[in-house]
Amino acid sequence: MKPTWMASVPIVLASFILLVADSACDRHATVPEEKPKAFGSAVVSISGEKQAAGVGSQLDQPVVVQVNDAKGAAAAGALVRFTGVRGVSFRPDRGLTGSDGQFTTIVTLGGMPGHYQIIAATLTAAGKPAEIRIDEIALGYQEMLGAQVSDIHCVRCHDSESTAERVSNHDNLDPPPHAFTDGSILNPMTNASLLAMIGHGGPALNKSAEMPPYGNTLTKAEIEALIAYLRAVADPPYHPEGVFYAGN
Amino acid sequence: MTGKQIVTAVRQFLFGDSARAFGTLSVTLFLLLTIVPAKDYFREWRGYQSQYLKLIRGRGDAATLNRRFQGGLQQIWLPEIGVVDRCTTCHTALRETSLADLKAQPFRPHPPIPHKLTEFGCVLCHRGQGAATTVEEAHSSTKSWEEPILPAGYLESGCGQCHLDRPRGTPKLNQGRDTLAQYGCVRCHTVKTPDGVTMTGTDDPPSLEHIAEKTSREWIGAWLKNPQAYAATATMPNFQLQDEEIRDVSAFLISQSTPYLSSPSRQAVPAIKPEDAGDGVTLYGESFCTSCHATQNAAGILVGGNVGPELTRVGSKVKPEWLADWLRDPKTYDRDTKMPHYRFDARQIGLLIGFLGSKSDSDFVGNLHYDAPTPQQIEHGKAVVIERGCAACHEINGIKKPDNFAPELTAVGSRPLAKILFAPGVEHTLPDYIASKIRNPRSFGNALKMPQYTLAPPQVDALVTALLAQTERAERLPSFLRVAARKPSDYRPAGKAGQLIDDMSCFSCHAINGRGGDMASDLTWEGTSVQRAWLVNFLKNPSTLRPALIRRMPRFNMTDAEANTLADYIMTVYQTPEFDRDEIGESRLGAAEIERGRGLFYSKYACQSCHIVDPAKDKGYIGPTLTQVGTRLNAAWIFHWLKNAQSLRPGSLEPVWNMNDTDAQAIAAFLMAQRNAPRAGGAQK
Repeated sequence: MKPTWMASVPIVLASFILLVADSACDRHATVPEEKPKAFGSAVVSISGEKQAAGVGSQLDQPVVVQVNDAKGAAAAGALVRFTGVRGVSFRPDRGLTGSDGQFTTIVTLGGMPGHYQIIAATLTAAGKPAEIRIDEIALGYQEMLGAQVSDIHCVRCHDSESTAERVSNHDNLDPPPHAFTDGSILNPMTNASLLAMIGHGGPALNKSAEMPPYGNTLTKAEIEALIAYLRAVADPPYHPEGVFYAGN
Repeated sequence: MTGKQIVTAVRQFLFGDSARAFGTLSVTLFLLLTIVPAKDYFREWRGYQSQYLKLIRGRGDAATLNRRFQGGLQQIWLPEIGVVDRCTTCHTALRETSLADLKAQPFRPHPPIPHKLTEFGCVLCHRGQGAATTVEEAHSSTKSWEEPILPAGYLESGCGQCHLDRPRGTPKLNQGRDTLAQYGCVRCHTVKTPDGVTMTGTDDPPSLEHIAEKTSREWIGAWLKNPQAYAATATMPNFQLQDEEIRDVSAFLISQSTPYLSSPSRQAVPAIKPEDAGDGVTLYGESFCTSCHATQNAAGILVGGNVGPELTRVGSKVKPEWLADWLRDPKTYDRDTKMPHYRFDARQIGLLIGFLGSKSDSDFVGNLHYDAPTPQQIEHGKAVVIERGCAACHEINGIKKPDNFAPELTAVGSRPLAKILFAPGVEHTLPDYIASKIRNPRSFGNALKMPQYTLAPPQVDALVTALLAQTERAERLPSFLRVAARKPSDYRPAGKAGQLIDDMSCFSCHAINGRGGDMASDLTWEGTSVQRAWLVNFLKNPSTLRPALIRRMPRFNMTDAEANTLADYIMTVYQTPEFDRDEIGESRLGAAEIERGRGLFYSKYACQSCHIVDPAKDKGYIGPTLTQVGTRLNAAWIFHWLKNAQSLRPGSLEPVWNMNDTDAQAIAAFLMAQRNAPRAGGAQK
């Protein structure tokens, strides 16, 4: 009698071929890592830092970093790798710097509001990593609504930067208004103070009348959203003072 | 002992006699019966619930939180909208605003939204498997689930299933829908919003019926090769045609072109002395062409508006004879153009042609030169034009607009993953599929007709959001949930003034009665606001009102008669029914009132933060300059403006002051006294 295992040979062979074929047709083709042509000793941030965008959204401006060698000159062809916490993604997440020593990536933030630290790293000639940490801010739904209110009603005075579309009125005011990112001034103010100041104008807190009252222009929800927004973009970051509980 | 002996011994021990067998079976049965309650006891959600109870213990409001906590499986069941959501079983703190400091899921409170969770559930916006009771099954985006949870970046698509009204809270969705309409997507793809209305394009692709009059075949060739090389802002996508296809398409387009003026009434291009060339730049600036048209400056930065096409390389494109006709009266070439009829004289036209002609780029067309085409080439060009669907956007002689040229996208947001063919390297999720298709359509196959768009990353995000809102669920939702789109106004002013308003394309910038652009002020109540003498003067020679504005009202070179006709119409028709523009007479604006108003203006209300009354002292330049406001506005308008500007002109930057009558009247008196001519070299820069 023919041994029964002979019958299983074609089946085993076929499944082996299928297995090989399946792994060859992997839908997630991996991109082979490029070999660095140069090594730097430091990574510096060129642009795209401290941007705010909605949760899970791409930042408006790409993040650009530059690799410098020991003399401080731009290193072309150095390998840069971006990493971040789970949920943050980069397009592309690695690559070689261009002729100007710079590498550009588009960042998508994670799904939770808050500060995101992303790390751009390169390898030095000695094989050690050199890295820079870049801070970006993801705005939740309420904070995003606040950002809109700010764009319409506030930035013309509170942002000292002019853009091509908007001339800043900041320098015409005395005392000059505080930037919304100025955590050193705004963090110590309570939500109730901010609500009063925005709703009733500067004089409500014995401050300049040049800050008009917005209580009849904006709804309470809009003002609360605005406060949530300025808490989100505060630098240094805002940590609410609260009661601390055991075991939390 | 052999193995056989061991088996025998065990069998003896367990089933040696009937009592032993009974005992063994009883124990086995008992163990089997405990599996079910044990499995239930160790369910994931129980772990989360006890974790939550531990978290809230010891907090100040623990008693309240404990009372509000409901243990066991929770469910939001809304049969009318097909929602069975058990998410609140683990997400116990969704409605506990006092737990805002809890940042870790599943205990994060939900951010404030305009809807109640109990009325809408969770999956309507977030997707996911609402009825599932394990973390993996509820959220999973593994390939086998049809409704994986939606990544946070596309959440606004959930709103779009009911909201067709452009809510302010959904900027991404709104931008996405705008992009669908502005970039020609909906000219090839049918997209029906959940109310069954087919989306239409809001872009204005030019007709190609007279293209030979306007530009050269070589320019068409260079443009087709790469539209963004001509203008970075061009919305025309790159069709990635072969060189001979481009050669033949350009040949066909030139061959089908017909003259647009039936009689040869063409006037010569006015000649300009070389020493006057500098006046062209000045005239371009004075005519505020930059309000609508952008050009790249020396640093490569685009400066100017986006109502009309970018003009950085316009000299390489248009023929001077065509440009002369266009500047003389654009409406003869394109009746519906947004470009106003400027009433330029021959010298001005010559100056502008000289200036725009100098805005050319010899690298753009380069050495491209086409020999006279053969009939076969023209035939082939026509075939390519039909195959690529050019007529879906452009009018072309002899070619019909194709129907259903591209796949319908009405329910693309519900497309099952099993029916999608993914390109290599693309994550197997629906948003990633749509995004990669928009970013690089040809990665899905070289034979695909969809052209390559040049879009910024946030635009792609927005488009994906808008397309994900196109779900089957949205079509099934009860109609009472739907928030209808605002109907576009078809307001048309009547008579001679109406013709003038059309001719000078006032609606390109101003809105009246809900129709028109938002670049300049809404003119619906303009007749109540201003004085007639000022208006006539302004129409003939617009002066700067708001120093910080980049976009300005151009001078249309109106005749006296035209300016008077328009002023009469505006003063008579555009009147608010709320109050009488003459209701505050001179007698109520006495010297004492003026002085009191001055005090209020500068101290209590600090109006100088945004407005300039005294150019020597005041610096604010957000609102209009008020140095001569007494000759421009009516006292009653100022009075009511100070009470509630938003009711007079919604969207105005002026806050609602809700001012009391005496203060408002005093400030109106102070402002009506401002009738001085501005000082030379004052703050108007």
